[in-house]
Amino acid sequence: MLPTPSTSHVPYTLVYEPAEDSFLLLDTLSSPTSLTFHTSHFPPSSPTPLVLEIGPGSGVVLAFLTAHANHIFSRPDILTLGIDINSFACASTAKTVSLASQDHPTTSGEFLSAVHGDLTSCLRGRQVDVLVFNPPYVPTEDLPALPERLREKKEGKVTFEEESKLLELSYAGGKDGMETTDRVIDSLGDVLSERGVAYLLLCAGNKPEAVKQRIREMDNAGEGRRWKAETVGTSGRQAGWEKLQIVRIWRE
Amino acid sequence: MKLLTLNFLTCAVKTCKSSSDSFPLHPKDAELASDDVEVNPELLVNLLPRLDWKALKTTSAELGFPQLPDSPPTIEQLQSDDKLLKDLHSLLMETNLMEGKLVCGVCGHEYAVREGIPNFLLPSHLV
Repeated sequence: MLPTPSTSHVPYTLVYEPAEDSFLLLDTLSSPTSLTFHTSHFPPSSPTPLVLEIGPGSGVVLAFLTAHANHIFSRPDILTLGIDINSFACASTAKTVSLASQDHPTTSGEFLSAVHGDLTSCLRGRQVDVLVFNPPYVPTEDLPALPERLREKKEGKVTFEEESKLLELSYAGGKDGMETTDRVIDSLGDVLSERGVAYLLLCAGNKPEAVKQRIREMDNAGEGRRWKAETVGTSGRQAGWEKLQIVRIWRE
Repeated sequence: MKLLTLNFLTCAVKTCKSSSDSFPLHPKDAELASDDVEVNPELLVNLLPRLDWKALKTTSAELGFPQLPDSPPTIEQLQSDDKLLKDLHSLLMETNLMEGKLVCGVCGHEYAVREGIPNFLLPSHLV
């Protein structure tokens, strides 16, 4: 078992605390079958992979991927980047990753930056080789919006209402819990490199079989290629259904 | 943010993306800091083929670093030229942009960088 990065400095009133979903990502991404996939997908002397996590929150997953790069990708030369809509999550991520990286200098990749942004809107096209997304997946009546005042880094005290809004943003997914995830799925063709692979976390309420089918039927995989979407990690069986699962998405 | 990050970022305004002038973003009033990172020749060798060299050359010149050659060094050059390797390492791996702005060459929008974190959220009228 690779050690889980420390997040004891993260303010959990403002940033999502690592939970079952985060740990499922850690287990899945570091499994022997993931290692085999990564090793054949990104062989050691191929160009340095760029790893992006959308919505890293505390930074626990991105720190894990960065610090243990050599165990997860069988090469330490990876670049990592996190983009979060919550500025407090950006600061937390930067600290979590840099602490974990210092703890594991011989296996660690290079952390580029935490970026305050909306999903992948600020990225150049087709650069991302590994995309990881633990989305706001809980089905909710409405999709929350970021309070205008928090679009910029906030000085001074955050109100109780703003705190709850930030946490709501981390879990509330709107219709079927898929409104934000669908935006990311639709952008995969533009965001992922040719060899790019995405890891997406889904809950049972997201109707994962239908989501995977929709991805397989997307028509922007490129000449002679198809989108693949396979479940590669699960946790928490409930009445015969997997509560959470990780889907790997790539072109082949 | 590492300077290298600028090789992957562009303007968040949708209509700017189709124009080549939206990349790279141009640093303004930049405050830089240098980290001490161990040189990793393998990383640089594997990084070269995926860099947009022209954009890196622009960024590096705009921040006042010594001029980079017009085309990227070959792997052999990198492996045999210690100074070149160290210069690139220092530019790409050790240089951090801490404060300042990143300006789009198309729409002129300025993205603030504070405490090393760039903010790409757009005001509602630009979304």
